[in-house]
Amino acid sequence: MSLSVLLVFIVAVVLAAFIIGKTRALKVSAFQGGAKTLNSLPYYYGMLTALWTGIPAIILLILWQMFDRTIIDNLVIQYLPSDVQNMDGEQLGLVMNQVYTLVGGQQVGDVAPYIEQAAAKVSKLYRMSEWLQTSLITLAMIIGAFVVYKRIHPEMKARNHIELFFKYSLLGCACIAIITTLGIVFSVLFESIMFFQKVPVSEFLFGTQWSPQMAIRKDQVGSSGSFGAVPLFVGTMLIAFIALIVAVPTGLMSAIYLAEYAPKKIRSIFKPLLEILAGIPTVVYGFFAALTVAPFIRDLAYSLGINEYISVSSESALAAGLVMGVMIIPFVSSLSDDVINAVPQSLRDGALGLGATKSEVVKQVVIPAALPGIVGGVLLAASRAIGETMIVVMAAGMAANLTANPLDSVTTVTVQIVTLLVGDQEFDSPKTLAAFALGLMLFIVTLALNYIALHVVKKYREQYD
Amino acid sequence: MNNTADEKPVDLPEQHDDHTVGKPLLKDPKISVRNANVFYGDKQAVFDVDLDIGANQVIAMIGPSGCGKSTFLRCLNRMNDTIDICRVTGEINLDGQNIYDKKLDVVPLRAKVGMVFQKPNPFPKSIYDNVAYGPKIHGLANRRSELDQIVETSLTKAGLWNEVKDRLDQPGTGLSGGQQQRLCIARTIAVSPEVILMDEPCSALDPIATAKIEELIAELSENYTIAIVTHSMQQAARVSHRTAYFHMGKLVEVNKTQKVFTNPEHSLTESYITGRFG
Repeated sequence: MSLSVLLVFIVAVVLAAFIIGKTRALKVSAFQGGAKTLNSLPYYYGMLTALWTGIPAIILLILWQMFDRTIIDNLVIQYLPSDVQNMDGEQLGLVMNQVYTLVGGQQVGDVAPYIEQAAAKVSKLYRMSEWLQTSLITLAMIIGAFVVYKRIHPEMKARNHIELFFKYSLLGCACIAIITTLGIVFSVLFESIMFFQKVPVSEFLFGTQWSPQMAIRKDQVGSSGSFGAVPLFVGTMLIAFIALIVAVPTGLMSAIYLAEYAPKKIRSIFKPLLEILAGIPTVVYGFFAALTVAPFIRDLAYSLGINEYISVSSESALAAGLVMGVMIIPFVSSLSDDVINAVPQSLRDGALGLGATKSEVVKQVVIPAALPGIVGGVLLAASRAIGETMIVVMAAGMAANLTANPLDSVTTVTVQIVTLLVGDQEFDSPKTLAAFALGLMLFIVTLALNYIALHVVKKYREQYD
Repeated sequence: MNNTADEKPVDLPEQHDDHTVGKPLLKDPKISVRNANVFYGDKQAVFDVDLDIGANQVIAMIGPSGCGKSTFLRCLNRMNDTIDICRVTGEINLDGQNIYDKKLDVVPLRAKVGMVFQKPNPFPKSIYDNVAYGPKIHGLANRRSELDQIVETSLTKAGLWNEVKDRLDQPGTGLSGGQQQRLCIARTIAVSPEVILMDEPCSALDPIATAKIEELIAELSENYTIAIVTHSMQQAARVSHRTAYFHMGKLVEVNKTQKVFTNPEHSLTESYITGRFG
């Protein structure tokens, strides 16, 4: 059976197993006074039968699909002439590709007779494998169903088994997320260690020269490369700082307006509109920054004559920072809105009852009470700004200038990661490995920010619960 | 107390008259309320209340839950303004001045008519700053020493000074419930109000803290006019000079406290104070 037919077949058998299990449970209980003598509801027995039928079959199917090609490859190689067998891995792979092309029916030119033989062998093995797969899976399903069927008994705790299964499948999903995270962290970590074996940590962390372009082939002309990441850190901080200067006051004030002043009607219109900002893809912000804001800032700087004193670039930190600031406004405002709303009304009443005006209440009671939460929100926004990529790639430029001039072009950690990994690369060159080291730095910084922020927010929540 | 199942077996006497019985009106009142109606959206919560509150008197407002007594209390310093859908009609005069006059500024009004709430609500600031907050926003003190003086007097009047004088810089939220409530009273006194409104000030407190607050109310009544909403009839009987009984948003009976509790004129009042419903 082909894969899709087999899948349909498995589903059908599983459904049948469910019905069989349920019927069996009703039947065995019939002698003892009906379904209420069963330990669990009848459908739990059905589900248990279905699980025992389906899960082994699916596992078998997955294993088969993962390994059948490898096994067939190894079997076929044995039938190839010995000189072909002794070729190195890459060439052998090439031969096997030819074999499979032939199996697929796309013959290109003349092929050696041994390849034709091998192709015939492969087709035969495939048919066998498919047949074996179908029969084994069917057998597994029958055994699974039969084992449960025999054991169905009014005292059998089917419900507990199902609950257990449910618990472990949830655990499994949770593990997948954690394992993935750990996998990423460790792979970044190991690649970074490789990088730091080639480039000293001190040079990376404190060097002020960033020019990662180096020869990746022996015959290529290129500089030796230098990996001082300080300009990137400074650029990242500069842009994040500008973004926060835009986003924090705007976001906070709009949150205060929405939470404290806005009538219900206006709030119900403004809040979703503000949140639409969060739904705009960053690449759209990116070209907005690159095509509209950056030229505007440059022209403005020129018309004001600023370019005579400091360097003005068409890709500027200011443009990227401003647009990124707009991007994180909804982030700041919705988090602040939440914490402001969490300030108990009784505190406002207390201050109002003393004759405080609305703005006094906001300034002197609500904001101080909500401050830890707001700080948490700002830190989360900062970690967003530091990790943001698309806007800076498009609007901030590539030049690793060590400058505090917002009108100049700067580059960020994320931009450099992108640049390093685009195009021709070799995975043991420091140029490529530098991307992992930068990623690790970025990860550590945002992790620290997130940790502090969540801690602060949590502490704040406890205060009023 | 407000279990509806308990209310059912009682045959409520017909309300024979819409007019308040007893003596709602006084000579030279501090606050006089005429024809007050309060609406939440379309729903009317308080109906045609006429009531005078005399200077340096304690008036207790009692009644079953949802009878409008708290709503009525919050009208007296316009705290209901903070609720969007709330609308008040009629006239409420404080020293002859209608507080619902469009030209009236609520800020000085609320300084004059202070309020203590059901749940102690100290600001998340130090004990000192909690008390100093009101005087600061009203500019009552020019120098730090004056402010210190106000804080000390207010805390002393609230009977809290001896307990907190050594830890004025600690957060007010760290005090016990009863202390927090007395802190809130001190905070209210600090702006030298003339009237203090108390909305079930002891409902979140234990009996000992309650006794202290009641003692305090008795002392404060020498200098302040106090209106207190309470669910405890014993408390009303202990602390107040006059008692007003509210029922379904209507003011049913007002009289000297002793008279209300020993010889109520209205059958609804009698049912309530004898515990037949509520």
